[in-house]
Amino acid sequence: MLTPETEPELAETVAGAQRPLRILGGGTRPVGGVPGGAPLSTRALSGVELYEPGALTLVVRAGTPLAEVEAVLAGEGQRLPFEPMDHRGLLDTQGEPTIGGVVAANVSGPRRIQAGACRDFLLGVRFVDGQGRVIRNGGRVMKNVTGYDLVRLMAGSHGTLGVITEVALKVLPVPKATGLLTIPGLSDDRGVQALCRALGSPYEVTGAAHLQHGPEGTPMTMIRLEGFEASVAYRAGELKARLAEYGPARLETDPEAVHAAWAAVRDVAPFHGRPGDVWRLSVKPTDAPGIVAGLEGVEAIYDWGGGLVWLLLPEAAGADATAIRQAVAEAGGHATRVRGAGAAPAFQPLPAPVAALQAGLKQRFDPKGLFNPGLMEQQARDTSAA
Amino acid sequence: MELPSPNPEILTRKAELVARLGEVLPPAAVISDPAETRAYECDALTAYKCPPLAVILPGSTREVSDALAICHDMGVPVVPRGAGTSLAGGALPTEDSVILGVARLTEVLETDYDNRFIRVQSGRTNLSVTGAVEDDGFFYAPDPSSQLACAIAGNIAMNSGGAHCLKYGVTTNNLLGVTLVQMDGTVSEIGGAHLDAAGYDLLGLICGSEGQLGVVTEATLRILHAPEGARPVLMGFNSNEVAGACVSDIIKAGVLPVAIEFMDRPCIRATEDFAHAGYPDCEALLIVEVEGSDAEIDAQLEVITGIARAHDPVELRQSTSDEESARIWLGRKSAFGAMGQINDYMCLDGTIPVSALPHVLGRIRQMSAEYGLDVANVFHAGDGNMHPLILFDANRPGDLETCEALGAEILKLCVEVGGCLTGEHGVGVEKRDLMTHQYGPDDLDAQMAVKDVFDPRWLLNPAKVFPLAASDARRIAAE
Repeated sequence: MLTPETEPELAETVAGAQRPLRILGGGTRPVGGVPGGAPLSTRALSGVELYEPGALTLVVRAGTPLAEVEAVLAGEGQRLPFEPMDHRGLLDTQGEPTIGGVVAANVSGPRRIQAGACRDFLLGVRFVDGQGRVIRNGGRVMKNVTGYDLVRLMAGSHGTLGVITEVALKVLPVPKATGLLTIPGLSDDRGVQALCRALGSPYEVTGAAHLQHGPEGTPMTMIRLEGFEASVAYRAGELKARLAEYGPARLETDPEAVHAAWAAVRDVAPFHGRPGDVWRLSVKPTDAPGIVAGLEGVEAIYDWGGGLVWLLLPEAAGADATAIRQAVAEAGGHATRVRGAGAAPAFQPLPAPVAALQAGLKQRFDPKGLFNPGLMEQQARDTSAA
Repeated sequence: MELPSPNPEILTRKAELVARLGEVLPPAAVISDPAETRAYECDALTAYKCPPLAVILPGSTREVSDALAICHDMGVPVVPRGAGTSLAGGALPTEDSVILGVARLTEVLETDYDNRFIRVQSGRTNLSVTGAVEDDGFFYAPDPSSQLACAIAGNIAMNSGGAHCLKYGVTTNNLLGVTLVQMDGTVSEIGGAHLDAAGYDLLGLICGSEGQLGVVTEATLRILHAPEGARPVLMGFNSNEVAGACVSDIIKAGVLPVAIEFMDRPCIRATEDFAHAGYPDCEALLIVEVEGSDAEIDAQLEVITGIARAHDPVELRQSTSDEESARIWLGRKSAFGAMGQINDYMCLDGTIPVSALPHVLGRIRQMSAEYGLDVANVFHAGDGNMHPLILFDANRPGDLETCEALGAEILKLCVEVGGCLTGEHGVGVEKRDLMTHQYGPDDLDAQMAVKDVFDPRWLLNPAKVFPLAASDARRIAAE
């Protein structure tokens, strides 16, 4: 395992590389499979460069453990607003998740529906491109339109365009209070309807999920509110009234209980330790229940008000990659196989002109094809099958 | 400011170009009479003017695609234009270029409150997007101050912000999908009504690319339910340092105001003379606005005024009604008009870390004295996006040049303290030659590599964003 300790050392390693490299942080998120190549980890590039709580800004080296980042922020009553998921339970991986890995995979949790995704809080990046050059883009300020936005390009490119060495993030204060409204027993359809209604209110819902099998084994629809104590109480009351037709809602305000409930949604806990492929769908919320209903034998967890669907495909399931991709293609959206293997590509096949742009970018940023070979690559022959 | 000299071969083929464009566009959509093309000689950066070879106003994605394919085939540069409100010269033509205006693309295509998005043609104005949904209680969050006139296409090209982005983000945070037409006429759908488009974040790349990667003809935008209400508090301080510290303390306290606006003494005085908003005569003034129900607003304002009191304000005025809110905002909203009344002015747009605010304001005051031009500051303090207004007299020889030199110094200062050249206006031609102060050659090369992919012949808005010396090799190779 290559673990360069400085950015120049990393740049030199890449510049001199003759064979492909497998780029990783802590290696806990092998989404799309483990690419070939000599492993190169950024974990030795660790530490906080700058933290200004009064400016809501954190600059941190890519290999810094996520846990360390979260602890530093918690010390000032702040947090990463996009609530990144921990993939270890779902993917059965070991190791220490890094902030660089979070950014490279654009990992966002339940709060994405209101606060935004990881990419929305990324202010700047430094990375080493395929020629071994150190590239800076963005900065550490919240508004920046100086030149092209490679910051967002790097987020979610899964280490295929460059090796991220440093990231600047916008952070936010942790609200004083939080509340969880739950409505039991709704069908998928009605659950997503209730979530849409809550999200279409002025109450700034920061989490909206529907579980087919809640903690008691029966369906549970979940709505999160955050803010000052009085505000959470007021908004919960207003929402209860608006959602009355879906049955009585219960309010939980114990911070630990609320946190645990959302951590389970964030980390897809109901699928941990259970066999079968896991898929992640991003679709229009109201399309989600219909897509799920059309897939035989699957189990679903709805997050983002229904816009994010986690699917578990037990071996006996009739649904497969073709069925999922077809359903998503008809409705609009995309599907990623997060766990499991198969002939179908893990990442959504793109329409030809978009695939051409993506291939062009890969060629320009990594002309020797060093980084994570094959990952996210578009296979022309699969496009029509999508 | 230098622009590449026009390609004489293109100039001689004007008649052929116009004839070919006429084959794919309705007669009224092709403008080639010099008396009429003159209307497109500049945008809101009026210091630079150049009439284009022709202007086209396509009415559909298909027409945009057909017209671009013809220009691509003939090697004619194309400058996309939203509503022409760019302060950076983003829509400034060259003599051998075709202006592609989206003014006829104004339809709302789809509105969906359950899934909280609206799909519009890109020539629709920013404010009329909100106008299409506000009766149902919704709004589109990014609100650049030109929102009455500016087009969504331009907002996407420049990744526009506004006064409320501290809470709601800028265009890139509210854009879900686009229909993109590349220079060769290729049409792509990127993203859609779902979150986080598949594959690389091409939406993120396109947003803020200043019309250099493609022409956006349709956009899917996130809409939100409007808050129950909003009210501001006004506070005056006797030093910029104290006001800056107060901003930082408010941000740290865990209340997230929707806007924190800052005005310095020169700006307060000018707007007071103009608008008579009853602002205190002090060094620095903050307007902080929060949202929610009446009770929620009161609770947040109590926290905020508590913080302000600890900084010994000379004035603290909390709005309790719509009339009082309007009065507090009156001066701020007329600040630019007030400046225009006194003088010509140049509006800068650098962003700095909030912590550097007092230092930067102090340095700007010194530089203003050195250059002999007054500078008034009015800006979005919550996110560090400064808007220094340099006052000059366009009729006095040399004043514009002095103003530009001072502007460049101020922007370099913004970069020096950890900020950037432009927070929301874009680079355009205005800040193009300053790019090397923020980015090294490799950084710029990586950005230009993106244009190589989307527009290999460098025909779309080619002489903007990157210093000509940096893009020369690429533009010449592509010819």
